Amino acid sequence: MPVDPSLVGRRFPAPAPLTVTSERVGAFAAAVGHPGAAGDVVPPTFPIVLAFDAMQAFLDAEQVELHRIVHGEQRFAYVRPLVVGDELSATLTVTGVRQIGGADIIATASEITDATGAVVCTGKATLVHGGAA
Amino acid sequence: MSGGALAVGDTLTEKVFTVTRADLVAYAHASGDHNPIHQDEQVALSVGLPGVIAHGMYTLALLGRAVAEWTGGAEVVDIGAKFTSPVVVPAEGGAEVVVGGTVKSVADGLVTLALEVTCGGQKVLGMPRAVVREGTVSA
Repeated sequence: MPVDPSLVGRRFPAPAPLTVTSERVGAFAAAVGHPGAAGDVVPPTFPIVLAFDAMQAFLDAEQVELHRIVHGEQRFAYVRPLVVGDELSATLTVTGVRQIGGADIIATASEITDATGAVVCTGKATLVHGGAA
Repeated sequence: MSGGALAVGDTLTEKVFTVTRADLVAYAHASGDHNPIHQDEQVALSVGLPGVIAHGMYTLALLGRAVAEWTGGAEVVDIGAKFTSPVVVPAEGGAEVVVGGTVKSVADGLVTLALEVTCGGQKVLGMPRAVVREGTVSA
């Protein structure tokens, strides 16, 4: 079930905004042991919560099963630090699709914006779709 | 070295973190990534993986943790890596992830760290990188 190359350029928004709460940040930091005041320090990989929602919207739209996906690469570049209270939205854009050895390598870019629409962080990811296993 | 200014060539004290399956369950809840390859041995094996593997983002989060510990919580402006080799997490005990590195450059108020992340002596992240803002060290 190869991924359709005509996907390149398509945009998939996360279905809902995410409010950065102390509770969410605290749970994320606790799970990875991130230091700092609980619920106050936002770990630098926290935006994956929202980027993941956008990725899931993409997978659902293309009827790709999550367990056939392996994360190949992820980068985040920040315009400003995230803070508790931010209300964030994300949109994923498919930037490339290629095939290597029967697997689809899907390149994506995610833009994460705050309630004013300003970009706070951008993400780049590759997703490896294993095909028929 | 913690809290002091970072200088080019500084070696960052190696950090060793143990990842257990319970950690992966907690991370799945906290991140929303419930991909069963990170929790269910049978599913992981069925898609050709050697066993339950850590979320790549869990390993990257450990890199973020190491950076925070080295820099006293400096502002991270860039973080990322390729997930080149899986961190296989056994049902009992855990996998040890080792994060080390050096200060690669200090320029324009930004400190770039060259990092190495291994598990069982094998590199698990490709081109791991973090850039922090100078002067935002909080500890």
